[in-house]
Amino acid sequence: MTDAPLHHRSITAHARSLRNREYSCLELTRHFLARIEAAADLNAFITVTAEHALKQAEDADRRIAAGQATALTGIPLAHKDLFCTRGVLTSCGSKILANFISPYDATVVDQLNRRGAVILGKTNMDEFAMGSSNETSHYGPARNPWDKSAVPGGSSGGSAAAVAARLTPVATGTDTGGSIRQPAALCGLTGVKPSYGRVSRHGMIAFASSLDQGGVLSRCAEDAAIVLHAMSGFDANDSTSLRHPVPDYPALLDQPIAGKTIGLPGEFFGPGVDHEVARCVDQAIAQLGRMGAKTVPVELPNSAAGIPCYYVLAPAEASSNLARFDGVRYGHRAAEYADLDDLYAKTRGEGFGAEVKRRIMIGAYVLSSGYYDAYYLKAQRLRRLIADDFKRAFERCDVIAGPTTPATAFAIGEKSRDPVAMYLNDIFTNAVNLAGLPGLSIPAGFDRNGRPVGLHLIGRYLDEATLLSVAHRYQMETDWHRQTPPGYA
Amino acid sequence: MAATEWEAVIGLEVHVQLKTRSKIFAASDTGYGAEPNTRACAFSIALPGTLPVMNVEAARLAVRFGLAVGARINRHSVFARKHYFYPDLPKGYQISQYEQPIIGSGEMEIDTAAGPKVIRITRAHLEEDAGKSLHEDLHGMTGIDLNRAGTPLLEIVSEADLRSAAEAAAYLRKVHALVRYLDISDGNMQEGSLRCDANVSVRPAGQKAFGTRTELKNINSFRFVEKAIDFEVQRHIEVLEGGGAIVQETRLYDAEGDQTRPMRSKEEAHDYRYFPDPDLPAMRLDDAFIDSVRAELPELPDARKRRFQSQFALSAEDTAQLTAEREFADYFEALAAAPGVDAKTAANWLLGDLTAALNKHGMRIEQSPLPPAHMAQLLQRIADRTISGKIAKEVFAAAWRGEGGVDDIIAARGLKQVTDRAEIEAVVERVAGDHPQQVEQYRQGRHKVFGFLVGQVMKATGGKANPARVNEILREILNRETG
Repeated sequence: MTDAPLHHRSITAHARSLRNREYSCLELTRHFLARIEAAADLNAFITVTAEHALKQAEDADRRIAAGQATALTGIPLAHKDLFCTRGVLTSCGSKILANFISPYDATVVDQLNRRGAVILGKTNMDEFAMGSSNETSHYGPARNPWDKSAVPGGSSGGSAAAVAARLTPVATGTDTGGSIRQPAALCGLTGVKPSYGRVSRHGMIAFASSLDQGGVLSRCAEDAAIVLHAMSGFDANDSTSLRHPVPDYPALLDQPIAGKTIGLPGEFFGPGVDHEVARCVDQAIAQLGRMGAKTVPVELPNSAAGIPCYYVLAPAEASSNLARFDGVRYGHRAAEYADLDDLYAKTRGEGFGAEVKRRIMIGAYVLSSGYYDAYYLKAQRLRRLIADDFKRAFERCDVIAGPTTPATAFAIGEKSRDPVAMYLNDIFTNAVNLAGLPGLSIPAGFDRNGRPVGLHLIGRYLDEATLLSVAHRYQMETDWHRQTPPGYA
Repeated sequence: MAATEWEAVIGLEVHVQLKTRSKIFAASDTGYGAEPNTRACAFSIALPGTLPVMNVEAARLAVRFGLAVGARINRHSVFARKHYFYPDLPKGYQISQYEQPIIGSGEMEIDTAAGPKVIRITRAHLEEDAGKSLHEDLHGMTGIDLNRAGTPLLEIVSEADLRSAAEAAAYLRKVHALVRYLDISDGNMQEGSLRCDANVSVRPAGQKAFGTRTELKNINSFRFVEKAIDFEVQRHIEVLEGGGAIVQETRLYDAEGDQTRPMRSKEEAHDYRYFPDPDLPAMRLDDAFIDSVRAELPELPDARKRRFQSQFALSAEDTAQLTAEREFADYFEALAAAPGVDAKTAANWLLGDLTAALNKHGMRIEQSPLPPAHMAQLLQRIADRTISGKIAKEVFAAAWRGEGGVDDIIAARGLKQVTDRAEIEAVVERVAGDHPQQVEQYRQGRHKVFGFLVGQVMKATGGKANPARVNEILREILNRETG
């Protein structure tokens, strides 16, 4: 029988217990649905699909009874509300899609459905994934379970809050500049963003197409490995998805750390990092050293250009990707308008929030004739320099480590009036998206206010397996990832 | 002071719908005439989360065109997004090619009054078509039909090498013929499979620099291209001669009023904010792909024209007409290959009676009620003297009406030519006896009456007598009896 409450168990433990009929998928699903209901004040979910979840759970029980279970059959999970789910509201955290019932499933959703996973609901997020605090959501901010006055991070803030409060074993997220890793760090979770092209973007509502990548927020690296493995792979519906075979991440978790070299970029350990964050990260690196890893200093000389480069390219792509939301075919349409231009202006004026509008305007500006070379093209050149920095660094190491964020979770409202301060939250993460590399954040301690600190690990292109194994080995030796927020035990 | 002589400078942008089964970036069907929005898939209506996937067939057809005009085929080309808001543009941008098109510079020869002329092609690029806005029968509302959205287009851009509306029309005809030859488009202008915009300017003859240009949109027939450009050239000249200046702008051709009117000025011109589409990797074509396209290229019109001239000893004029359309040339070759058919006779019949009948009924050659085999039979019956050329016209008309096969018609109507000497001799004797005055005139050396006497013989035989035999026998008899 189970020795810990259901919500503290890993996916592997659930799968084993479900197969052994220690409890049913239906019971497991009901358990999490009840926790979601009890934690409604976190505002982690935009939609809870209770009825549908119970039906999926019954199906999963039948599948298990028939001996057709996969590693994910009957495992409850939640999807960030920008993954299209058939027959279910898919709002992207925006008023403009507040009435959009997707007629199709995203490839990621489909892959997990086919393995028998149970969808508990759709999680809150910054509008169109533009934000680092979940405060730009049309549905209001999600709250950090470690401190409800603090943000859970963003843009996958609802997914992070839900997993941290143990409302779901695992949740999907997307990461354009840090939107999985930053909330994972702020909520004490494992969050992995794979290499660009690993996970299909089909059905994942686009923010910045060349940077967006789906991934996982989970309690531990082992759970992340199982779900990421199921989500990854070539998809004929996404021309940027990779044909490379996907390694068996769960089977590769036990690779030893001994012999691995960890690169430490001086640029990640500067005075901008909160000293308690720095202390936790230093301790985590020391721990990895005790486990046999070597450390070497590496250089990422162009990393300072990451934020400006990102805040040209991402808005440029966003301004284009969001052009389709015009009120003509689906989504919000202004109630009254004088003519076509007025329809566009009112629909978009009413439908988009301030941060989205800000980025659309920046994006349209940097793409406009006369400014394109100075901004867009220059940023593309910088992007290559940043990627080259990583390539050179990885000649000397297997993994790069540093803090995921410069500081721990901040208070709701603290930075919402200062976009640049908000953007600086992603200072260590967005270069990874610009370079298309895999990145991961794992819990590495707490500051004096009890807010979690994240250790950021960056891997070689397509080498998610090494990242996950380093994280897993670290979690075998530490228990930061086992801590639960007070009140959610 | 002598009046300025003006020279028109024209370049065309021709949009050709490519004949692929599915759309350029989605799996839904293309095709004209379906119920509105029945071919609008998730990508065609730009549902959130949908992504473009390149249809390689569109690239194949574009390369076919590139090879046919001797163009550079770019091994590396890039799709870009062209942004503007319009209800029939579902994504708010059109996926097109901007800085790196699939087809680079090439050239095409056209026939002008002054002889052949080479027109340079700047580039040809792939893009997706937009949907359609429907304003009729909707009681003041606008309907959107997205069936056409995502149909592949090849935009063929010429250099400003055309110097008259007639040259522009000749170029457009040549493009039309070529895309049909290559089987990359049905070229149907009524259905919008081939559309044309023109850049027009004028300059004093001898001046090097171009004048200010205007762009004409919506000129969607050969006739309108010529009329619209003629109007616009004349308008430019009148403005300039009146001391005015041409405003760089986009103008719309109004076919009903036969005039052009402003659509938007340069100041109002869209900033399309082009940038490479991050959803589509650069398109890379390797030599094997290009070679495979080259291998499937049909014989091109110009090469076929030269071959027809040498193989069939036909005139440049005849061969130009015979090869203007692939189906027409195919018909001719099938006909000329039939045993006992003379190529020149075949060409005359095709360009004469058959073309006249097709034009009269508004039909295309592939719709002809007489397939090449039937036409060959007709020509064989002329060659083997079963019927005369004149009777053949009657047989042709009957066969066109569907009265049966060539031989059946000849038999049923008793049109078989009389070649029997005795039979013809008897008629000739009778005619000579009936017209002693004309016989006498002939014998006095007024040979013009010979034709009259031949006519009388033919009339008496119901046109069935072999004219050569009649000539021969009549001459013999007239000469013999002078003794």
